[in-house]
Amino acid sequence: MPVERLLATPEAEAVVELARTIAEREIEPRVVADEADGRFPREVFAVLGAAGLLALPYPERFGGGGQPYEVYLQVLEEIAYRSASVAVGVSVHSLSCYPLAYHGADAQRDALLPRLLSGVPLGAYSLSEPHAGSDPAAMTTAARVESDGAGYRLSGTKAWVTHGGVADFYTVFARTSTDHSGGISCFLIDAGIDGLVVGAPERKMGLTASPTTQLIFDDALIPTDRLIGGEGAGLRIALSALEAGRLGIAACAVGLAQRALDDAVAYARDRQTFGRAIIDHQGLGFLLADMAAAVESARATTLSAARLRDAARPAARAASIAKLVATDAAMRVTENAVQVLGGAGYTKDYPVERYMREAKVMQIFEGTNQIQRMVIARHLAKG
Amino acid sequence: MNIVVTVKQVPDTWAEKKLDAADKTVDRKSVDNVMNEMDEYGVEEALKIKEAHGGEVTVVTMGPAKAVETIRKALSMGADKAVHLTDDSLHGSDALATSAALAKVISTLSPDLVITSSEASDARGGVIGALLAERLGLPQLTQARKVTVDPAASKVTIERQADNGYALVEASLPAVVSVVEKINQPRYPSFKGIMAAKKKPLTTLSAADAGLDAASVGLAGAATSVVTAVPAPPRSSGTIVKDEGDGGTKIAGFLAAQKLI
Ligand SMILES: Cc1cc2nc3c(=O)[nH]c(=O)nc-3n(C[C@H](O)[C@H](O)[C@H](O)COP(=O)(O)OP(=O)(O)OC[C@H]3O[C@@H](n4cnc5c(N)ncnc54)[C@H](O)[C@@H]3O)c2cc1C
Ligand SMILES: Cc1cc2nc3c(=O)[nH]c(=O)nc-3n(C[C@H](O)[C@H](O)[C@H](O)COP(=O)(O)OP(=O)(O)OC[C@H]3O[C@@H](n4cnc5c(N)ncnc54)[C@H](O)[C@@H]3O)c2cc1C
Repeated sequence: MPVERLLATPEAEAVVELARTIAEREIEPRVVADEADGRFPREVFAVLGAAGLLALPYPERFGGGGQPYEVYLQVLEEIAYRSASVAVGVSVHSLSCYPLAYHGADAQRDALLPRLLSGVPLGAYSLSEPHAGSDPAAMTTAARVESDGAGYRLSGTKAWVTHGGVADFYTVFARTSTDHSGGISCFLIDAGIDGLVVGAPERKMGLTASPTTQLIFDDALIPTDRLIGGEGAGLRIALSALEAGRLGIAACAVGLAQRALDDAVAYARDRQTFGRAIIDHQGLGFLLADMAAAVESARATTLSAARLRDAARPAARAASIAKLVATDAAMRVTENAVQVLGGAGYTKDYPVERYMREAKVMQIFEGTNQIQRMVIARHLAKG
Repeated sequence: MNIVVTVKQVPDTWAEKKLDAADKTVDRKSVDNVMNEMDEYGVEEALKIKEAHGGEVTVVTMGPAKAVETIRKALSMGADKAVHLTDDSLHGSDALATSAALAKVISTLSPDLVITSSEASDARGGVIGALLAERLGLPQLTQARKVTVDPAASKVTIERQADNGYALVEASLPAVVSVVEKINQPRYPSFKGIMAAKKKPLTTLSAADAGLDAASVGLAGAATSVVTAVPAPPRSSGTIVKDEGDGGTKIAGFLAAQKLI
């Protein structure tokens, strides 16, 4: 059943339809093979970029689309409906542009942002380290000032970098002083510089078409004008970017859950047991009804957080709630989709087992759902 | 080159198509509607010809108010302006009436070239291109898989798709060309195109504005009528042959009965 969307303008409708069309024609025919073979569909990002869909929520004067999150997130949802790997990639790319767009100096933005938002290069966002995931302030990668003033020398190992090895630029966080949370800084780094080695892709449970790697820095030289937002501002920048990124992940989860629901319903209308379609057995019909309710409420929660953000209201708590609700819903819905398909659901001949593997990571990255609860609880405690 | 391209809004290709119970016209209300996919190729070809030779592309559609979505899509792909013929009295127009109405509108635009696609995916008449040419008194070049325009010599040449190979067909301009999917790879609209489309001229005409006589269009004026319709029968379940050591013989027997071997 097509999703009922209330979009404010015909242009917004056209943008969401464009995403749906591209996803249907460019992604759907290849997603199964790409996931099975672990192949990153770089060409799809080129098509999305040329259509202007990689820069939707950024200001028009830098080449972005100037679109509200409410529209951008529904575009992500349509992409996630066809491929979680691609949708997560679009969200991560968007995240990687965020620090420069909102914390860069004017001269930096004028010089660098139009290219980032052109849809041609692909970005990555590198905050986590092997021993600093939920607690990013535990990071040890260090950037020391080069004595001749040429810039910073970066050394250390970053971890879990989505688009590692395929990105054209990396937004990287590193320590410029020992101050626990006040000593972290943000850098915009080109791929392929000396002193940067990309690790082997992690062998993951899902999102297999999306490479996740370590970045190993060994005295890599970063020019001074690639420091974003001043020394020590890094953690604040990282967290503000993640607040936006969490909404992106929530939208990916909604799209994935919608797909699992639609596949499950289609199967349940067709499959017969005891002389009738399994959807007509109340026990299974109710399971599907709960799945539909979970998808709809996840979407509503996500878009409500987006509207707060679009209205420039504080939205950190709402974004954490949306990420928590939508990704938990996606996990439950995809798991139940496997149940609806019975034995078939447990085989790789049907995509629902993949959806379930893909949903799992959404409860983990961009702040685990425990961390989201921590954020929400802190807001409650503050009153 | 002043190019007119016709586009039709149709129920989504994958949607189950139904006829309205009351008047047996195609039900366009209960489904998602999209631009007839083959018309994307028509629009693309019009844009390519414009890009090569200069000029302007005008989109023409006849359809309900919602069909403006399809116009916007053509404009966001790059067409310059559009005419939307829409009127309750046009509902139920058959191919003859549709072509008469479209021809009336198109003739006021004095095109050098009219492009249609070969077939709309809902009614699949595959006739509008030919009917338009006849009504406009222009040469018709149908089933084009390649179009070459020579504005200086005022002629157009096409490769006309045939069962095995193609025929080269040439006509003087103005002419009506209908295209097939082989012809090109339609571009996607872009975000910028979508925003630009908002500002492009769109003329909305009622039947009266277009100078159409109400009695000659719509269900009232249709020369054909749908008397009854039945859904295609569901596919039968087929024959299951149990292999009891003689499976090969049984399959050969089945194929022989079908005159396949
Ligand atoms: C596929 C994939 C892609 C990723 N992409 C990126 C990327 O592009 N960029 C990037 O920077 N990172 C990325 N990550 C890293 C991701 O954000 C981290 O894995 C995540 O933040 C969790 O960190 P961790 O793995 O170190 O787990 P830990 O922090 O070690 O957590 C382990 C467990 O402890 C729980 N826990 C930790 N602290 C608390 C607490 N205070 N209270 C309650 N429970 C707690 C966690 O919820 C979790 O269940 C990616 C990860 C994956 C798997
Ligand atoms: C099941 C069924 C029910 C029908 N019911 C009725 C009925 O009740 N009464 C009745 O009178 N007729 C009816 N028709 C006829 C139908 O309305 C006509 O066939 C139709 O108007 C012409 O469209 P087509 O799809 O056959 O065009 P085609 O000839 O297949 O279309 C070729 C191209 O012509 C152009 N084109 C076609 N239509 C338009 C348009 N409206 N605007 C702009 N460009 C266009 C497009 O470029 C299109 O790609 C019915 C047909 C069918 C199959």
